[in-house]
Amino acid sequence: MALMRNRDMVERYFRRGALPTTWCPGCGLGTATGAMVRAIDQLGLDADKVVIVTGIGCSGQVYTLLNFDGFHGTHGRALAAATGIKFANPELTVIAPMGDGDCAAIGGNHFIQAARRNMDITAIIMANQAYGMTGGQYSPLTPMGSFTSTSPYGHIEPPFDMCALAIAAGATYVARGTVYHTQELVRLIARGIAHRGFSVIEVLAPCPVQFGRRNAMATPVDMFRQLQRATVSVREAELHPEAIGGRAVRGVLREVEGPEFTAEYEALIRRAKGDTHG
Amino acid sequence: MTTMVLSGNEACVEGALRSGVRFFAGYPITPSSEIAEEMARRLPALGGKFIQMEDELASMAAVVGASLAGLKAMTATSGPGFSLMQENIGMAVMLEAPCVVVNVQRAGPSTGWATWPAQGDVMAARWGTHGDHPAIVLTPWSVKESFELTVRAVNLAERLRTPVILLSDAIIGRLREKVDLPPSVPVVDRPRPAMAPDHYRPYAGGPDGVPPMADFGTGYRWYATTTTHNERGYPVGVDAAAAEGLLKRLHSKIHDHQDEVVLTEGRWLEDSEVVVVAYGSVARSALAAVKQARSRGLKAGLLRLVTLWPFPSQLISQVAQRIRGLLVAEMNMGQMVEKVREASCGASEVWSVARFNGQYLMPEQILDKLEEVRRAWR
Repeated sequence: MALMRNRDMVERYFRRGALPTTWCPGCGLGTATGAMVRAIDQLGLDADKVVIVTGIGCSGQVYTLLNFDGFHGTHGRALAAATGIKFANPELTVIAPMGDGDCAAIGGNHFIQAARRNMDITAIIMANQAYGMTGGQYSPLTPMGSFTSTSPYGHIEPPFDMCALAIAAGATYVARGTVYHTQELVRLIARGIAHRGFSVIEVLAPCPVQFGRRNAMATPVDMFRQLQRATVSVREAELHPEAIGGRAVRGVLREVEGPEFTAEYEALIRRAKGDTHG
Repeated sequence: MTTMVLSGNEACVEGALRSGVRFFAGYPITPSSEIAEEMARRLPALGGKFIQMEDELASMAAVVGASLAGLKAMTATSGPGFSLMQENIGMAVMLEAPCVVVNVQRAGPSTGWATWPAQGDVMAARWGTHGDHPAIVLTPWSVKESFELTVRAVNLAERLRTPVILLSDAIIGRLREKVDLPPSVPVVDRPRPAMAPDHYRPYAGGPDGVPPMADFGTGYRWYATTTTHNERGYPVGVDAAAAEGLLKRLHSKIHDHQDEVVLTEGRWLEDSEVVVVAYGSVARSALAAVKQARSRGLKAGLLRLVTLWPFPSQLISQVAQRIRGLLVAEMNMGQMVEKVREASCGASEVWSVARFNGQYLMPEQILDKLEEVRRAWR
């Protein structure tokens, strides 16, 4: 399916006066946000029923751009708030774009519990490997050996693999994409939103200003090349597993049916009311 | 009228359900867990939602989320959990999300004594979350009042779009008393927008300072944001006037409605030399002590604070001008006594009787203190 043109997307889904964004030149968050909006459009969702729930940080700005109900709460708690929103009104489509610090560090427990609970929420991890807004400190996704403002001598902690973590915790849809592979990213997000259950899409997104310039990738082009080089599609990985060589695998990594929380709770309500036919 | 024997915690659930609470998110903690257990048992049959979250941070965040999606929402906890909830109590203040937080106080600090009562959280209830913010804190002295104040807490939260804290304690929460429950209770719903979505300003206060609140998913497409925001819900950027206006409105919408919010009960205030100021479970001992003191010829009265915050400074000041001494009785190292001292502003003496060893502050101890005051005045 052809992607919606930028002008149409902005006209239909962006708040008037929202652009330009406050993000730095070369930032991947705009592309990631665009992919999310295009996915919403492709699915033909009722925009009145979409709620965007963000945390705090660069990704926390996403809500200010869009013409949906938006929730901008506290750092790390996006998924906990999203759980309350979705549970209170299961008719809503709840999408939670978060940064990797937000989701994997301060919100880490909420993330794994939400994956286990399998409520129909879509988590989009905009993974730029650093805390952009506060000045480029290291995050749980910062690779070992890289330099950040709080690892000036090189980072000595290993990073999380968020997709493996999501799968282990029980998420029923898990995918990885990048802002370099945009058409694929729109498909991955759309499939995640359509999936009935907790969906995780990790979006690798460059942060040239806070991360790249400290790690020999000073320009956006350098960083996009890195995304291209450092990832491999699921299809290619299956055909040539010996050639993966430490690269991150892009595509749908898990897609299974599982008991969805709000549906289970509706059945529980029927039992509690004594409706034996429920 | 139905007569039941209930614990304070059960009465709290009864009040919440009757005033329309249909969402509860919580995390187990002594001595509040019965509230969660009752909610888990009873909410589904009412079509309501119960969820046990991974911690109190998440519980409070879920409560705020559910409130924005349109449900009357509540949680319950005790000291250690109350500390964790502070982050998102602040969020509820800033988003103006109606909700009720019950804190069944136990002895602290930190893990403290899980099953022993205290009133050590009165300042945490006022100032626990950071930044300048208003607070409404109600504190029951009986099982019946646990019911009534929960109803009032839910209604105030909805009416003023704010979190309301019900500060119970291990004694009131687990005390069992006979209660006459009314056939119905007053039910207040949050103001909802009457205007078309195009004209909706989610943070424009209107004449009483409380903005109408659209449920998420009803086409108003608004931003609920904890960032300092203007009337439209957009970050203020460099607009200092908008930032100041927001903070002033958040406070004035509470303080302009003091007559609805600030509740006190006085006994023998007109005929006293010394007035015992007490709240929550301790007020029961204080009443007994005051009665005994009067039977011994000491002109004692009782001022019971039902609302702790906003603090009834004016009333304390008026009372202080008529009498010789105020005696503040509380189960902490003396927290509200400082507030009473400030309000009395030197117009009367201020004494303190405090107990903070997990034991109930008994009538005899308050009576002994009253006798000590009498001796000092001879």
